[in-house]
Amino acid sequence: MEGLAHQIIAGIATGGIYAAVALALVMIYQATHHVNFAQGEMATLSTFIALSIIQAGVPYWLAFLATIIVSFVIGVVVERVLMRPVQNAPVLTHVGVFIGLLLIIGNGTGWIFGYTTKAFPSPFSSEQPLLGGLVSAHELGSTAVTLGVLVLVYLFFRHTSLGLAMRAAAYNPRSARLVGVRVGWMLALGWGLAAAIGAVAGMMVAPVVFLDPNMMLGILLYAFAGALLGGIDNPAGAVIGGFAVGVLENLAGAYVVGTELKLTVALAIIIGVLVVKPSGLFGRVVTSRV
Amino acid sequence: MPMLLEAKGLRAGYGPTHVLHGLDFLVEDGGVTALLGANGAGKTTTLRAVCGMVKTEGEILLGGENIAGWATEDIARRGLAHVPDGRGTFMELTVEENFRLGAYVRRDREVQADFERMWAWFPRLRQRWKQQAGTLSGGEQQMLAIARALLLRPRLLLLDEPSFGLAPLIVQEIFGIMRRIRAESGVGILLVEQNANLALELADRAYLLETGRIVVSGPAAEIREDEAIRRSYLGY
Ligand SMILES: Nc1ncnc2c1ncn2[C@@H]1O[C@H](COP(=O)(O)OP(=O)(O)O)[C@@H](O)[C@H]1O
Ligand SMILES: [Mg+2]
Repeated sequence: MEGLAHQIIAGIATGGIYAAVALALVMIYQATHHVNFAQGEMATLSTFIALSIIQAGVPYWLAFLATIIVSFVIGVVVERVLMRPVQNAPVLTHVGVFIGLLLIIGNGTGWIFGYTTKAFPSPFSSEQPLLGGLVSAHELGSTAVTLGVLVLVYLFFRHTSLGLAMRAAAYNPRSARLVGVRVGWMLALGWGLAAAIGAVAGMMVAPVVFLDPNMMLGILLYAFAGALLGGIDNPAGAVIGGFAVGVLENLAGAYVVGTELKLTVALAIIIGVLVVKPSGLFGRVVTSRV
Repeated sequence: MPMLLEAKGLRAGYGPTHVLHGLDFLVEDGGVTALLGANGAGKTTTLRAVCGMVKTEGEILLGGENIAGWATEDIARRGLAHVPDGRGTFMELTVEENFRLGAYVRRDREVQADFERMWAWFPRLRQRWKQQAGTLSGGEQQMLAIARALLLRPRLLLLDEPSFGLAPLIVQEIFGIMRRIRAESGVGILLVEQNANLALELADRAYLLETGRIVVSGPAAEIREDEAIRRSYLGY
């Protein structure tokens, strides 16, 4: 019984990471109707930047904040420089650019920071187990951080005029221009926010899975599964989907298929959902008009 | 005193296709200009040209300033609001959020007072305040589109077929509200309309468009009285 409770809590902790990355994917998907396959690589790069700042002697939370800001800027620059010129290009061009971005950032990260696996510090002293070993301090802390980020993002989109303008630009760019919204910049801002959220996810997961240039590869797949499960056009659905995938993955790993096959579970979820309910559990049904 | 809007030799098209072949027209300060013509004459394209949604040649003077070639969002920020064909409301957002977006670029303190003015003009929208725009009826959506545009506090309002697809009673209601808006707000209007009779009643100046060229222009009252024009162009 205690084992089960522990698996669920651990699942929620990793689920928070997936939920954050899923949200980053959905934000860009809503604005561009493309999935940013390079989201994971961008988060890995951010995490390496965080490690460099920490190793330079900067206190953890200051480095955390600096990394978020740097990642935001990187996201904005990527959109302005790489995505902007192809925004009206066919789908395949986008896929090409995303894959190019993935390879460039992935290889660039490896080239700059090296391919050896590195330990990444947790701000939550993970030595003492809490609640009688049910949950580690890092699990509790990282869940709090990812939940905090999700709440902040929600409040930003719901209750600020800039957040509203970003939603308007994503839903209906033509009408957004007519009310004076600078749609191009809203897109860049969305990339910046997505990169910043990805950076938080990277910094929270790195102490658990260790840091190397491919760190986010599996996590991106789980997050993508979560986003599809909840609905790729529904931020709240994607977040719920992310948490659900985290818990399912942990339970399946512990009781059903073992850790070797955990990633298979994610892929099975993706395929299963797409077959049964193509728009995701909370997604809008897309009907094509003839 | 410059005209509110003055187009000189306005040309526009889509890619290699030319649609407008040099239009000259005016909207006076606080006046209503009607743009009439059959389907495909280029009325929608004219409105798109004025607010920078298609590539243009020629001059477009808004209050004496040439806005030709400007980005749509910059033209909006200069006080030009457009209710496009298909209305252009934000279907996924609530009525309230559509209102807030209408006033997005404003920094003055009278936004709330303008919300209340819109509620007075469009009481139905107040009843639908927290509802998604996509759930509104066609007439309510047209009202929302007009309210959203007016919340910009525009000098000039472009309206593309506000009666399109609506029941006659709703059309009467909307044109009634537009008469009030005209009397109470002082906004200039460039109105595109299939229903020539209704449009000419509201307008003080009118232009008749045929395949991208203006073929008749003059005071709305005169065009309304001119039987030959009515027979050959307006079909009633
Ligand atoms: N997006 C578009 N792309 C290409 N051609 C268009 C487009 N919109 C309109 N046209 C063409 O431009 C001409 C004028 O259309 P439009 O301005 O919509 O006329 P109206 O509003 O008077 O019915 C038509 O021949 C139409 O086929
Ligand atoms: Mg039209």
